[in-house]
Amino acid sequence: MSERLTLGDMAREERKPLIHLENADLMPLPPPLDDPAKDHNWAPLSAQVTEKYECFLDDTCAVNVPQPKTTEEERALVGQFLSGLDKLFTWENNWAFLEPLVLTMEHCARCQTCSPACHVYEASGKNELYRPTYRSEIMRRLYFKFAKHGGLLSAWQHGDIRLNWPLVARLIELCYRCNLCRRCAQTCPIGADNGLVVHELRKVFSMEMGIAPRELHDRGSMLQLEVGSSTGMNSLVVKDNIEFIDEDITERTGIKVETPWDVEGADVLLIHNAGEILAWPENPGAFAIILTAAGIRWTLSSELAGYDSINYGLWYDDAQFVRVAIKHAEAARKLKVKKIVLGECGHAHKALSVVADRVLGGDLNIPRESAMTLLRDIVVSGRLRLDPSRNDFPVTLHDPCNLVRLMGVVEPQREILRRICPRFREMEPHGVDNYCCGGGSGFAIMSGNNFPDWRFHVSGRKKLQQILTVFADCLEPETPKYVCAPCSNCKGQIRDLLAYYGLWERHRILYGGLAELIVNAMLDAKPGFIEWEWR
Amino acid sequence: MTVLMYGVLLVCVALFVVVVVLRAIRFARMPIHLRWELYPIPHEEPHRVKHGGSYFEEADWWTKPRRRNLLGELRAMAPEILFMRGLWEFNRALWVRSYSFHFGLYLLIGTVTLVLLTAILDILHPGLLAGSLGRGLHWLYTVTGLSGLLLAVIGAGALLIRRLTAEDLKGYTTPGDIFNLCAFIVALGCLLAGYLLRGPESVTAVGFARGVLTFDTSVRLPGLLAVGVILSALLVAYIPCTHMAHFIGKYFTYHSVRWNDQPNTPGGRLERKIAEYLTYRPTWAAPHVGADGAKTWGEVAATIPKRKSK
Repeated sequence: MSERLTLGDMAREERKPLIHLENADLMPLPPPLDDPAKDHNWAPLSAQVTEKYECFLDDTCAVNVPQPKTTEEERALVGQFLSGLDKLFTWENNWAFLEPLVLTMEHCARCQTCSPACHVYEASGKNELYRPTYRSEIMRRLYFKFAKHGGLLSAWQHGDIRLNWPLVARLIELCYRCNLCRRCAQTCPIGADNGLVVHELRKVFSMEMGIAPRELHDRGSMLQLEVGSSTGMNSLVVKDNIEFIDEDITERTGIKVETPWDVEGADVLLIHNAGEILAWPENPGAFAIILTAAGIRWTLSSELAGYDSINYGLWYDDAQFVRVAIKHAEAARKLKVKKIVLGECGHAHKALSVVADRVLGGDLNIPRESAMTLLRDIVVSGRLRLDPSRNDFPVTLHDPCNLVRLMGVVEPQREILRRICPRFREMEPHGVDNYCCGGGSGFAIMSGNNFPDWRFHVSGRKKLQQILTVFADCLEPETPKYVCAPCSNCKGQIRDLLAYYGLWERHRILYGGLAELIVNAMLDAKPGFIEWEWR
Repeated sequence: MTVLMYGVLLVCVALFVVVVVLRAIRFARMPIHLRWELYPIPHEEPHRVKHGGSYFEEADWWTKPRRRNLLGELRAMAPEILFMRGLWEFNRALWVRSYSFHFGLYLLIGTVTLVLLTAILDILHPGLLAGSLGRGLHWLYTVTGLSGLLLAVIGAGALLIRRLTAEDLKGYTTPGDIFNLCAFIVALGCLLAGYLLRGPESVTAVGFARGVLTFDTSVRLPGLLAVGVILSALLVAYIPCTHMAHFIGKYFTYHSVRWNDQPNTPGGRLERKIAEYLTYRPTWAAPHVGADGAKTWGEVAATIPKRKSK
């Protein structure tokens, strides 16, 4: 579309997408993916979906909000939205984020300094819809008009906005086109935070209107609180799976491993993202090998949610967030462990260590630590006999936003890689300036309709560019290459990206965790822990 | 006329102070929020500031003493306040315009302060400014004042042109934004023109300040200069009522949110405050939240939600 999108377009009545992206519109990629004509075509949304759901923002649909059947229904939904918007600015409903939100609402200068920092905006070919301030400015105008009950003078000062159901429906979708990586906030000279605006809007939709992507709510936090894990594994199943992993890892490494369960008074309660247990069993296996070999007194917990560190509420719902955080702390309290160590999962790190910190009071305030730190100390201490030559292949590190920019755990994982991977190389930019993998804030597990097409073409594009650039000198298939992603969600997104673009098949770019590289270098383990097979 | 001008001036300054203080109090009294920091945090230990690391990088961090690196914080704040380093780093094209405008305002704030101090000195020690000290101060505030006015007007003009012409700004510009920049151009422009066009018999800046401080109604300002003074005073009162009050908000966005990494320690102030907030009664309407207006946050958090029966 040639006409520039305006803020008012969000309220357009016709059920037609506001934008359409072609491959040629997108940010160019380096070789071998530099020809947009050879890129995949996007699967169009089916007629069934567009007739049933509110899918008229762009080329995809993440939330599947059913279309209201009558004007009255539409009005009622708008009313619910306004009611939620009001609550967002009250102490009793939103004390947890009130100050940062009001600061952002009232001080953004709309200077657009944040725009170039956003990987989604850049990758989309700078499409206005994905500009970080686009949705924030709509929210800001709604705030002044409805939450602050601004009149004509306010509209003159802050800008006006027309509110109707199409705007609300589009806003719901637009909130799921941001990874919440907060790279934009990092560049704001005033300290306004567009990521926070998205977070808060998602809360209105979930906590007031009951609207959230199925993968995050029904199959995510609800399932976790019901059975213990969003994977659907209850404590019996997870124990069974870990037993199988122990056997497999013992056979592969020649080191006898038996994962301890529910050990009272253990020094460390390790909580993995349970997705690892099903998708990448070698990761919990590698942890078991390392902690056992290092002589750590550790345990897993079979309590509800105690064996799955995920906390999807972090992305969309404060009530679900705090419930899961409390379950994690309760599991640790029951076992009287000295500390909780979070496995390779970025959002779990931030959820339990940072955001939940102030709600975990009294005997629930059990110290939390990153696995990066623990692993670094083990590697540096010399407790493991390590041979870096076993990792003599190009390795790069993906920085999970939640771990790095949002928690400040930057160096430990690098200290490990510098010691055990002689051909370690950094992506640019990296550390706290990193780019999101494109799977952040739940996208990595959201696969409804053609959403993966958007996730690979747009939100994951910057990371793809970084990976191709960092390995540009060794793209030939004879050289195996490893993207170390110490986070389950990032790993899932990178797996899907590499598969989508055939980068494992054609260029032997593999992905995996950090613990696997450590075990791969362990002299006491049989060589070849990393099997160079696609998973 | 002079009485009216003094009245407007004093009321506007008082309004500015009151609104700024009220705004600051409003943010300072807001509830403690959940942590939402963003790294790098400059008050971390110097060896961690370099790469943006946090105390979470240290094993058993809760057993170690925390040292607040105030020098690091000052190192980050000083270039941001004085030179707008963030804008320089991330939006160079805007920095040229914005810094000209803001630096002009800094010079004007400095000039007003200098003029007021000089006037007070003149009141307390009459005759002291008759010599080289008076000439030196006159020269100094004339240079800072004129260059401040010039830079601020040019900067505001450049920002206005950018707001009206740049594709990425136009759609986000409100009539209020245009008015705000025009208000600066007109008010400070009048002040500048009024000063340059004043007659040789016109009262000096220090003379005018002395008049304000002693409420000397015999002081007369030339018409254009008087208009400039009144418009500038109104502008001063108007600024804190708009988003241009970001000089207040910025303190809180940085110190209370972005750099606030204070951990919750057992029995500490944070724990006590949050325990109080957990007694609040939310009213979120989605069924899974289970907030009926009677349950507290603490009770909501302790509930496992039931799925809707189909």
